[in-house]
Amino acid sequence: MLILKCPYCGVACDETELHAGGEAHLTRHGPGSSDADFEEYLFMRENPRGVHFERWRHVYGCGKWFHAARDTATLEVFGTYSAQVAEPPKDVRAAITAKVPGWRWRDLS
Amino acid sequence: MSEAVSAVQGASASGFVDVAEAGLVGMVTIRGDLGDSDFAHAVWSVTHCGLPKKRGIAAGESDQLLWMSPDELLLVCAHEEAEARVQALSAALSGQHHLVVNVSDARAVFRVSGSGSAVREAMAKVTPADLRPRILGVGEVRRTRMAQVPAAICFDGEDQATIVCFRSVGTYVFDLLVRSSKPGSEVGHF
Ligand SMILES: [Zn+2]
Repeated sequence: MLILKCPYCGVACDETELHAGGEAHLTRHGPGSSDADFEEYLFMRENPRGVHFERWRHVYGCGKWFHAARDTATLEVFGTYSAQVAEPPKDVRAAITAKVPGWRWRDLS
Repeated sequence: MSEAVSAVQGASASGFVDVAEAGLVGMVTIRGDLGDSDFAHAVWSVTHCGLPKKRGIAAGESDQLLWMSPDELLLVCAHEEAEARVQALSAALSGQHHLVVNVSDARAVFRVSGSGSAVREAMAKVTPADLRPRILGVGEVRRTRMAQVPAAICFDGEDQATIVCFRSVGTYVFDLLVRSSKPGSEVGHF
């Protein structure tokens, strides 16, 4: 069972109280973008075995979206953080490095 | 105006805890910037309640404010006062980004009471929320789900919990609590 702490409420939520929102930190490419960028935005997703960044919504609680960094193989949660950021904060990245030295995800490390 | 009737018309039942609908309760959803002192002052001017802490409850003389999310409060007052509170809050908050709506007749409120850890026993069977007293203390609001529907729960004391859910699922939640507290079905977890 996955338990994520909502950064807005501060409660430890069971995954059944949350709604999964897919991969985090996507760059939106809309009208006027190149076909390649639009395809990347619509379809191309990471599917790692290990460190991953996701969006979640506290749907049975405050209703807010937030971000989570976790390991898809062990379900270990490295941290949850605000939805209002374009990349994971330093402390979350440090927490991942402490557990998984040398991790890489897209262009983050 | 038609006569107001609560979701399950004050039904009650007894198992290893007592389950009772609270009847008509005034409830007003207030949304706005909880960090703004103008918002806090406007809400205080009508409710005579300070803003609750995160997940907390603030009590005034007759009204209560429940923390529902970082930008949402639930005002609990007498059912017949709710519409007047909406008018007064709308006036006090005019000019600020806000939302005030009377949800009294769109919600159902239940009280579960019993001795020892019986209330936590009955509730824990139907919610994924961690109900250990050191995690969910008395006077703390926890929005979660009860089986398949959303609900806000709060322990008023170790011997009583209050549950607020949508009116449309009032019968479902009542039946759920009655089934959960069937005599002999105690788990003995707490
Ligand atoms: Zn939340």
